[in-house]
Amino acid sequence: MGILDSKVPLGPLADKWTKHKNEINLVNPANKRNIDVIVVGTGLAGGSAAATLAELGYNVKTFCYQDSPRRAHSIAAQGGINAAKNYQGDGDSNYRLFYDTIKGGDYRSREGNVYRLAEVSSNIIDQCVAQGVPFAREYGGLLDNRSFGGVLVSRTFYAKGQTGQQLLLGAYAAMNRQINRGKIKAYNRHEMLDLVLVDGKARGIIARDLVSGEIQRHSAHAVVLASGGYGNVFFLSTNAMGSNVMAAWRAHRRGAFFANPCFTQIHPTCIPVSGDHQSKLTLMSESLRNDGRIWVPAKMEDAVAIREGKLKPTQIKEEDRDYYLERRYPAFGNLVPRDVASRAAKERCDAGFGVNKTGEAVYLDFSAAIMRYGKEKALTSGIKDPSDDTVRKLGEEVVEAKYGNLFQMYEKIVDENPYKTPMMIYPAVHYTMGGLWVDYNLQTTIPGCYAAGEANFSDHGANRLGASALMQGLADGYFVLPYTIGDYLSDDIRTGPISTESPEFEHAEKEVRERIEKLMSGKGKNSVDYYHKKLGKIMWNKCGMARNAEGLQEAIKEISELRKDFWENVKVPGESKSMNQELEKAGRVADFLELGELFAKDALHRQESCGGHFREEYQTPEGEALRDDENFKYVAAWEYKGEPKDAELHKEELVYENIELKTRSYK
Amino acid sequence: MNLNLKVWRQNDAHAKGKMVDYSISGIDGDMSFLEMLDILNENLINEGKEPVEFDHDCREGICGSCSLQINGEPHGPDKFITTCQLHMRKFKDGDTIVIEPFRATAFPVIKDLVVDRSSFDRIQQAGGYISVNTSGNTVDANAIPVQKEAADTAMDAATCIGCGACVAACKNASAMLFTSAKVSQFALLPQGQVEATERVKNMVRQMDLEGFGNCTNTGACEVECPKGISLENIARMNREYLKANLKG
Amino acid sequence: MSALISSSIARKVVMALSGLFLVLFLAQHFTINLTSVIAPDTFNEWSHFMGYNPLVQYILQPILVAGIIIHFVMGIALEIQNNRSRKIGYVRYNGSANAPWTSRNMIVTGLVVLAFLGLHMYDFWVHEMAYKYLESNPEDPTRYYAETVEKFEPIWRTVIYVIAFVLLAMHLWHGFSSSFQSMGWNNKYSAGLQTFTKIYAIAIPAGFIFIALYHHFNPITH
Repeated sequence: MGILDSKVPLGPLADKWTKHKNEINLVNPANKRNIDVIVVGTGLAGGSAAATLAELGYNVKTFCYQDSPRRAHSIAAQGGINAAKNYQGDGDSNYRLFYDTIKGGDYRSREGNVYRLAEVSSNIIDQCVAQGVPFAREYGGLLDNRSFGGVLVSRTFYAKGQTGQQLLLGAYAAMNRQINRGKIKAYNRHEMLDLVLVDGKARGIIARDLVSGEIQRHSAHAVVLASGGYGNVFFLSTNAMGSNVMAAWRAHRRGAFFANPCFTQIHPTCIPVSGDHQSKLTLMSESLRNDGRIWVPAKMEDAVAIREGKLKPTQIKEEDRDYYLERRYPAFGNLVPRDVASRAAKERCDAGFGVNKTGEAVYLDFSAAIMRYGKEKALTSGIKDPSDDTVRKLGEEVVEAKYGNLFQMYEKIVDENPYKTPMMIYPAVHYTMGGLWVDYNLQTTIPGCYAAGEANFSDHGANRLGASALMQGLADGYFVLPYTIGDYLSDDIRTGPISTESPEFEHAEKEVRERIEKLMSGKGKNSVDYYHKKLGKIMWNKCGMARNAEGLQEAIKEISELRKDFWENVKVPGESKSMNQELEKAGRVADFLELGELFAKDALHRQESCGGHFREEYQTPEGEALRDDENFKYVAAWEYKGEPKDAELHKEELVYENIELKTRSYK
Repeated sequence: MNLNLKVWRQNDAHAKGKMVDYSISGIDGDMSFLEMLDILNENLINEGKEPVEFDHDCREGICGSCSLQINGEPHGPDKFITTCQLHMRKFKDGDTIVIEPFRATAFPVIKDLVVDRSSFDRIQQAGGYISVNTSGNTVDANAIPVQKEAADTAMDAATCIGCGACVAACKNASAMLFTSAKVSQFALLPQGQVEATERVKNMVRQMDLEGFGNCTNTGACEVECPKGISLENIARMNREYLKANLKG
Repeated sequence: MSALISSSIARKVVMALSGLFLVLFLAQHFTINLTSVIAPDTFNEWSHFMGYNPLVQYILQPILVAGIIIHFVMGIALEIQNNRSRKIGYVRYNGSANAPWTSRNMIVTGLVVLAFLGLHMYDFWVHEMAYKYLESNPEDPTRYYAETVEKFEPIWRTVIYVIAFVLLAMHLWHGFSSSFQSMGWNNKYSAGLQTFTKIYAIAIPAGFIFIALYHHFNPITH
């Protein structure tokens, strides 16, 4: 097993988690009162973990950079959450959810973790309903489901197009209950700037109060990092403006291995970039692909005419449209997994069929769905021989009820009515499957330092299926971590409070102060955003949807140079002893400038195409990804060794005992 | 387009603030309002001045971070959106735009346009939850059927993003719409009805303690709410509150 | 109980209940006044009853006075509290963008109506008290009509009455329907109720104005 022990319990797949829970150590309730846990990040994973740990009796401190836990970016998840409830009776099961997730992840995730995820998924729905999450319901009063990409069953639970919001508010409410009981102390508008290790164990953090600028020491018996993903390394992404890798990267620098950084999900349905001023990208939920058909003009001259504004999409005849996903993948059609849909869009646009000014957009068309729903509605409302206009009107009402908020969002941004003219979409960075390496207990390679949710690498392999991020975040926080952390903390019942006066805290704080001083003293000429945008361009062009060795090598060099320039020439105005958003950004970008390089290095070393990682050198003649299971069926976990390009690779071989490795096909 | 901005600048919570004039050019109609402020800040940084601090995060209208009173209205002149979704096409070349923080005694200014809305968190902490343990030991989700209409109405109330526009718009800086949205969500669901009495009492008490004003039913909150939360929720909370107190 | 009284919602309910009581009183007052136009004898009869019936004088009248006092004291207290909830105001506040003028200016319309009440009390109540108790005049069930009409002889008083009723209409326009919302009454009947309250808010003050103008232009010829 070497240095990386995944600690997946032995025994049959379906029994592993139960067996593990029965065998691990517990902490008795009286002792829990003497144990402190820090949770960094208050999204679905952090919020749910904090609430559950506090409820179990631990003293919890939570940290988030937002002004309230309710604003964590989990809130922006739209479409839904998967669970193997099989309420629709369409053949779903824990095994099928497990299978779909492993296959969707292109066979780069750990069987034991994924099965556990599927196993607890049903429980999440039960839990959330008990907490008052208003999931969509049928007229009979029971829960409704919808379908998502890459699967053949309907297992996605949803609350309009705001599922993430409702689940997060559920976790936030659970946290509030514990805050009210005094079991959670919430440090909002605080940012973790370093992890503190004492005797090789994670024992606290250094944090900055973002309002006063005060540097604080916080100690605990264990630290949970649930700080989300690092998609903002691309500058433009669907992440929130503040989403960052700082907590995870600081832990990495202190010894936590960083796994599969190059596995990044590019989401196929985002609103295209409109200009250089663009600060972030907006996602249009994958659920839209249930009803929307994706196409580009089949004829080059039509595409050119559309780009020049001489032709409208609605003027293009049915036979002159190329529904390329339905053409290439008849079995899954518009509901192929995200990586496949994104690459197919890029392929069409690269071939010159893109439909907006920049040539980087495809259509997502609801006219067929509107007419279909309209006919159905006319029939059920008893309208005989309805006119086309009536059918369209009825259909638009049905579509509005399903996706109204998304359509409104689109219209506000693009200033076009998506009921009348097809939406324009293009892929954008959305989620990062890579993250801190964790074992079955969600512990990183630093004892006492745990990672949950998007911050860890564990469950989605090389590509995540839609509606699975919410599932993983809550599974980790509500049902996994609260058990597994007890196993570790059972050794700490006699430790007593951790002092913040130790040399280790002293040293960590000193380093943090020096770093801030260095950022503030850069007498340069460029703003933080200048560097962030430059980094984003390198990442998107060379580490984006398609990568090759040459580009990746260039990226490593360019990022390293950009980082050097950053530290010499960045300009951070104001002072560090007050609120200073530029300083906050500077610290985050500094870490992205290191992570980006490791990202490129990881992508360069993985000489295969799998999931979100597509290497141009490794593809079939039809342009499909070519995986190399013989040489790359492992998790690449990187150990920090100074410069990111010097990081040392450790491999965790992936063992598939319950699933047969196949070429992923959605044809 | 070229614009004149009048922006509230205030160094910290204790400092006296003032309106400062800026002019800005090269603004495109496709930019969002916050992207326009990004450009202002980029200009200020390049001139060696301190940028304007403002709260923002998701920039897609759901996190509730962004605030701003723009030309006297929370989230600006457009409706059913947050400031981050407001686009510059709503303004004309040469316009003067007045940008202020959300004002309420319960929302003290932290710096420039950033305000402290933790009073909202404390209202939620007072009772905005259902007291079930999160260990998952509960009944099957479909064992609690919920009437579709009730579920939908609860969902409508639950879409509140906690931005504070209701308070900012209200001439009395009342937080009734915010508080009632949560009370309503739970009052409409069978799961929430068990502790409805205590919940509404505790949340209203906390709301009053925070120093928000009284509701005078002007309806400004409903008009300015980016999520269109209905005034019916306030009536429902009033009802719940009276019921709770009459019961004892 | 003290917690209940100090709560914002309970205070609003007090405003609503006292307001509704006054709305009811207004209807009764209007009905009696209307008789002064249609049937002066009935007017005299009813006025006399109101002025000398012990139930009215010693029970209903104090309740009415209490209702008025509660309504305006609570209204002013809430206004002060509401002003305190935004100590630093906006440089620009575009209130008309999201709420009608009447709903935002209840304190203005309310205070004008209150000031008018002062005049009204002076005109009628003080006069009555002086007539009955200071001067100890005997009962005269026929004097009311003439006294009333006489009051509207001067144009200034009539104008003040008309203005006050316009402001009362504005106050009712928001206040009447709003009181149901304050008490938590918002359901499928609300739209209909809303229409009724709006009609009431216009009709009753308009009726009072009509009566004032009627008497002004139809003085009793001596």
